Amino acid sequence: MSASTEQIDSILEKKYDAGFVTDIEEEYAPPGLSEDIVAFISNKKQEPEWLLQWRLKAYRRWLEMKEPTWAKVSYPKIDYQEMCYYAAPKTNENAPKSLDEVDPELLATYEKLGIPLHEREILAGVAVDAVFDSVSVATTFRDKLAEVGVIFMPFSEAVKEHPELIRKYLGSVVPVSDNFFSALNSAVFSDGSVVYVPKGVRCPMELSTYFRINAANTGQFERTLIIADEGSYVSYLEGCTAPMRDENQLHAAVVELVAHEDAQIKYSTVQNWYPGDENGKGGIFNFVTKRGLCEGARSKISWTQVETGSAITWKYPSCILKGDDSIGEFYSVALSNHRQQADTGTKMIHLGKNTRSTIISKGISAGHGRQTYRGGVKISRGATNARNYTQCDSLLIGDKCAAHTVPYVDVRNSSSKLEHEATTSRIGEDQLFYCRQRGLSEEDAVSLIVNGFAKQVLKELPMEFAVEAQKLLGVSLEGAVG
Amino acid sequence: MLKIENLHVEVDGKPILKGIDLEVGVGQEHALMGPNGSGKYTLSYVLAGRDGYDVTKGRVLYKGKDLLDMPPELRAAEGLFLGFQYPVAIPGVSNIYFLKAALNAIRKHRGEEPLDAIDFMKLSKEKAALVELPDELTSRAVNDGFSGGEKKRNEIFQMAMLEPSLAVLDETDSGLDIDALKVVAKGVNALRGPDRSMLIITHYQRLLDHIVPDVVHVLIDGRIVRSGDKDLAKQLEEEGYTDVQDAPQL
Repeated sequence: MSASTEQIDSILEKKYDAGFVTDIEEEYAPPGLSEDIVAFISNKKQEPEWLLQWRLKAYRRWLEMKEPTWAKVSYPKIDYQEMCYYAAPKTNENAPKSLDEVDPELLATYEKLGIPLHEREILAGVAVDAVFDSVSVATTFRDKLAEVGVIFMPFSEAVKEHPELIRKYLGSVVPVSDNFFSALNSAVFSDGSVVYVPKGVRCPMELSTYFRINAANTGQFERTLIIADEGSYVSYLEGCTAPMRDENQLHAAVVELVAHEDAQIKYSTVQNWYPGDENGKGGIFNFVTKRGLCEGARSKISWTQVETGSAITWKYPSCILKGDDSIGEFYSVALSNHRQQADTGTKMIHLGKNTRSTIISKGISAGHGRQTYRGGVKISRGATNARNYTQCDSLLIGDKCAAHTVPYVDVRNSSSKLEHEATTSRIGEDQLFYCRQRGLSEEDAVSLIVNGFAKQVLKELPMEFAVEAQKLLGVSLEGAVG
Repeated sequence: MLKIENLHVEVDGKPILKGIDLEVGVGQEHALMGPNGSGKYTLSYVLAGRDGYDVTKGRVLYKGKDLLDMPPELRAAEGLFLGFQYPVAIPGVSNIYFLKAALNAIRKHRGEEPLDAIDFMKLSKEKAALVELPDELTSRAVNDGFSGGEKKRNEIFQMAMLEPSLAVLDETDSGLDIDALKVVAKGVNALRGPDRSMLIITHYQRLLDHIVPDVVHVLIDGRIVRSGDKDLAKQLEEEGYTDVQDAPQL
């Protein structure tokens, strides 16, 4: 058996590819959280007074709130006074206008992550905003997008250049006091991406933001705002990685989407934050609030997520289906290996008539991983003829992992139709042996079975990223068997 | 092709195979018959490399190499195929996608280029016709929701695709009605060739009416008690295993 053991060992050593640290001088806010720190961040970003006040209000609300405990995750208490809320590469003091001015060390970092920022090298048709710790370090194809009127820029710049847009939409889908982590984010958020697609415009390329946490003891709190005006279309993707560190780091983002009449937003996530080591040491705590508002009639918002990283994932990308005939979709693959815990799902809130929602959730647990699907479907009184289809499937690998499904349904209109299907299966020794007898290595067999399981969701991803996600599922499961 | 020498195997400390000697030559077809619990199933799993079977004595040479030293996927790549008695389902993975991955893994081992989608589809159409496997089944998930007969046909289809040097067919006839049995036997017979050896493991003689072996072995309580030509199978059918065991070796 020696050949196969060696093979598996060598793959195992590869582990988390993105776990390196970029050696770059960074400027930090002093650790801890207070009104002074909130003001410090606002000042760093040269923000207008109204935004500072908005942040302070959020901070005061946060002080009164309690960390939620209803999710099926357990982790040591987070000391909010111990971490830093702002870190930025020093060279970026006067935000570079062109890529030539970006610190080569940063470009090299993204290069290493497979995200080349030089436009000529980029995959055709994908514009990238690169966010490094608390700041955006580069945004590509901005000019080309501007030609068709699409705004794609870092949050901090959008506040200055399009204040009316930010004022109108910031907090309009996820109110400051929505939950503990959204309040925290609203107080200390640093950067993120803003997208606006004007009426009738089909965004000519995929937009993507690549988040990287680098600094130690620092949280990342980004804010993303995407507005699709009447009849427009945009596809947006975010990716994320972080170095391997022994201590846990907090990531608490807020994403707000607004789709006007006949507009469509497709939002995809490939989440690969550092998951911690096999004993559960280190890893990112990922507490994220994502919500989309289908404001106009016949609008559509589609969330696709592939969650393979993070020690803790707490995330429920949701849709408020306000416009009549609007559509909400949620496609998710979440994987927990080793000691990872994920509590994730969605909420579909049907307000308008003939609104439809689809939920496809695929949970994969391996090692000591814990996985919970938590989903809510709410049909309000006015949502005549609303429809929902929910499917949650769980795949277990080994005998020490766990999967839970917690669906909530609240129906107030008798004309609605809801369907719910759920399955649980296991990769058994029999399946693996069968595959190996046909010539496949154990690792290939697992990856084949997992990708088969996740296919329904992966096919929703933009082509280039589907391949990435497929590989990621394979890598994240290394060492899950045998 | 295959040479088993004094093979002793234990499962959980309990001896199951107690000194098997068996040689299958190139292009030969051997049948291994025996009552339940005689160790037929164990032998097929040991040959394929399943965990949990401890070889305490003896050795197995395959194409002159030590078979027991190879992991299962290497045995497969070297041309050993096991037709399972109970093929497992792999939900979500399409039959054709699975086979393509397997075939290309084996081709890679042989130093051949992977087959592209077009050539692969052509080959699979041709081979599926051999066992009358409907198109619909080739695109469905591996063995998922297949009937007993469909699973067995699928095994022979896979064998046809992978073109092994040595096929071990474990109770290929179990759970088949007479029509399905004929189809499977036709497929197996079509795959006979001067370079391919087969070891057909079966409980009943009826399969051997359709697939006529060169040699028949009788396995009882972990030992091969008799070997002979195809008439031995008939004799077994008439007299039962006990009598054959007790009868003097011809």
